[in-house]
Amino acid sequence: MAITEENPGYKWVGTRPIRPDGLEKVTGKAQFGADLMLPGMLFGKVVRSPHAHARIVSIDTTAAEAMVGVKAVITGSDFPDLAANGAHASDIDVASNAIAREKVLYEGHVVAAVAATTRDQAEAAAKAVEVTYEVLPHVLTVDEAMADGAPLLHEGMITKGVDPAPENPSNVASKILHERGDLDQGFGEAHVVVEREFTTKPVHQGYIEPHAAVADANTDGRAHIWCSSQGHFQMRAYSATVLGVSPGNLKVTAAEIGGGFGGKTVIYLEPLAVRLSQRAGRPVKLVMDRDEVFRATGPTSGTRIRVKMGVSEDGKITAAEVWMAYEAGAFSGSPVGAAGMTAIACYDIPNFVVEGYDVVCNKPRVAAYRAPGAPMAAFAVESVLDELARDIGMDPIDIRLANAAVEGTQASYGPKFPRIGFVETLEAIKDHPNYTADLGPNQGRGVSAGFWFNAGMMSSATVHINENGSATVVTGSPDIGGSRQSMALMAAEELGIPYESIKAVVADTETVGFNDVTGGSRVTLATGAAVVDACRIIVEDLRARAAKTWDVEVDQVEWVEGQAQHVEGTQPPLSLNDLAAKSGRTGGPISANASLNSRGVGAGFSTQLCDVEVDPETGVTRVVRYLTAQDAGRAISPDYVEGQMQGGVVQGIGWALNEEYIHNPDGVMENPSFLDYRIPVASDLPMIDCAIVEVPNPAHPYGVRGVGEVGIVPPMAAVGNAIRDAIDVRMTDLPMSPVRILEALNEQSD
Amino acid sequence: MARTHITAVVNGDETEFLAEDGTSLLNALRDEVGLTGAKEGCGTGDCGSCSVMIDDKVTTSCLVFAPEANGATILTVEGLADSGQLHPLQQCFLEGAALQCGICTPGFLIAAKALLDKNPDPTETEIRYALAGNLCRCTGYDKIIRAVQEAAREMRGQ
Repeated sequence: MAITEENPGYKWVGTRPIRPDGLEKVTGKAQFGADLMLPGMLFGKVVRSPHAHARIVSIDTTAAEAMVGVKAVITGSDFPDLAANGAHASDIDVASNAIAREKVLYEGHVVAAVAATTRDQAEAAAKAVEVTYEVLPHVLTVDEAMADGAPLLHEGMITKGVDPAPENPSNVASKILHERGDLDQGFGEAHVVVEREFTTKPVHQGYIEPHAAVADANTDGRAHIWCSSQGHFQMRAYSATVLGVSPGNLKVTAAEIGGGFGGKTVIYLEPLAVRLSQRAGRPVKLVMDRDEVFRATGPTSGTRIRVKMGVSEDGKITAAEVWMAYEAGAFSGSPVGAAGMTAIACYDIPNFVVEGYDVVCNKPRVAAYRAPGAPMAAFAVESVLDELARDIGMDPIDIRLANAAVEGTQASYGPKFPRIGFVETLEAIKDHPNYTADLGPNQGRGVSAGFWFNAGMMSSATVHINENGSATVVTGSPDIGGSRQSMALMAAEELGIPYESIKAVVADTETVGFNDVTGGSRVTLATGAAVVDACRIIVEDLRARAAKTWDVEVDQVEWVEGQAQHVEGTQPPLSLNDLAAKSGRTGGPISANASLNSRGVGAGFSTQLCDVEVDPETGVTRVVRYLTAQDAGRAISPDYVEGQMQGGVVQGIGWALNEEYIHNPDGVMENPSFLDYRIPVASDLPMIDCAIVEVPNPAHPYGVRGVGEVGIVPPMAAVGNAIRDAIDVRMTDLPMSPVRILEALNEQSD
Repeated sequence: MARTHITAVVNGDETEFLAEDGTSLLNALRDEVGLTGAKEGCGTGDCGSCSVMIDDKVTTSCLVFAPEANGATILTVEGLADSGQLHPLQQCFLEGAALQCGICTPGFLIAAKALLDKNPDPTETEIRYALAGNLCRCTGYDKIIRAVQEAAREMRGQ
């Protein structure tokens, strides 16, 4: 078969072997965050604010400290005052979120922590910490926070991105703006204009493993942290900042991670565990309850978004106007920036204004959640596009094809797209049998699309050749969904040895070079590129060693299928095993490091097709068929590419139909459990059909783009558009729960 | 607080451990017996990560007090393989890539075993309902359902 882009002739890349860490995970041996036990280890418990907004008047720890088994109690005053030290604003926010000093800014905000010899003693001691609060008025939504005269979370917050800068502080941390062309002219050219307003609620990443950390501190200032995170180098950096120590004093070992989806890129427990361990002189384990996970970690933003778009008779988008406000939670930093860049990035639109606001409110600080910011914006834009297609009688795929960004299109956020695969995802949907499958009564079909940048960032890898020619591939990127497999597959391809001869491991912060977080869909791209680089250094080394053995020039040696071959065939080949066994005679151990800042990302696109059935009696929406097409660039590990696609879709279905944070008027979360915050279960769903599209990213040796995130961008509009098709009602507020569907149906019949 | 002495057959071995009356079986298995395969995802019986079999019945061990397990026969994920030979469910989960992060996997394996013990030839819908008490946030369940179907086929000798 000819070697082509579609069939590059890889032996390992693109295959489906068993993952390197699979056995431990099906036998219960894998050590997750809460699984570590150390001799003499204490159990910790965190004390949290019951108020959404309050001034801390006093904290009395005397009673708690006097209790049986209690070894340490800490409060905000046990940590350096970064604001007083003139630290960077973002570091102050990290520290203030880890433990409050003067004010609590949301229900669940940490005010103290204890460590004791048993769980029960720690629980009792946490309850005995007496905190006196002066309760302050709070704001819970962007509407409340942006209202005139709203109570302020941060007295000195002046909106950034506005010229001239406002004189008065507000809860608006920043404004973003993207514009091109002439909006009035664009709308003037439109045959049809549709404008709608949408709202979405905060939703949680919903990883099944609660946050957990164990710390063992020494008296000399050094400490060892074991934690479940998406990046132990990041945990080290943040912990060092909050504790006021050098990162080199902290060693962080990555436990296996039980899901993250962006929510484990930030610190909560790590610096508290270290300080408790220092005070107690013993190791301390801190594990959150599910209730704490909901109240104090994640979620992603609630939003209000207005979209106005116009199209010509032949379906060309002439203008788009997008206004959006994103909840940041207690500290600035909502993903509105990414939302503004992604909102209309799928399309080539000549005239647009995209305006966004980052708004603080008295809810937990938002954390990244899979393509942060993009899904809510896409819900709004893709819903309006669906209405426009209906108004002009155009097929929903055809209207997207008529406007699709392609190579050379000036992206709405600035740069020109290099080679991208959006059109191919649209065509993959159109070519699939689901697109023309029959629909039953009360059923409807919806299409939606999404864009995500995918990240690059910094990675390091080390590859060791063992004495028998097997290899160990070491990275510092926590494996959240099969990345050890993609590392091993790329290494097998490069070295020309069997996948089974390679062990891929995730090492601690002292054993491998720096790696940025496992986030932004970046690991197979960037850490994978570091692995490829290290393997290529090794192959060069192996060729040189073979040349030395044969006493020939190195250019006389080729590396083919795991062995050195003389170009003229005058020498018997030397296998990796041979070279490894004799490495002592050719220069010593065979090993290589590679570190890089990624050489280029590959934008990701997904188009999805959803069929629903809506029960008009109960308002229950059931997804009956679902197809997702996504450009992976290159699917190194197709099993886990499909897993990312399917997982992203199902999180999106939950976001569309069920999930929301519900707060009472006092700002207290009312549904902090998996019973009341209902994520999709197996019986809610059909199989999720996948069409992997492969349009290689020119900036990666195998064409990888990254696949973790974009799959969650289209589902909410895909479901909403399908509901519109089924019952003729446009749902503009998430979640599209049975109650809201019934309300909408009742309004329709009135 | 006085601790209760508990004797149970855990993964085939008679096992003795101590636990306070209010301690969950899950915490006793993890902290006292040293079996950390069962996980706490919620502590309220909603996620199924702590699923174990107690006297052949799948149970969320976070909702059982440890002393209630006195005299019981308990199977955790660590006891699923037989003398190093993986259970067909374990093998099919591996081959079918039915796990991503793996935190929910022990609970799914136990719940799926409980299903197949009773119903060796379940429909897709029966599998989906039997596993509806087990939450997975990574996979969207597709590959889990397929792995259980495949294991059921193999166990029926097909």
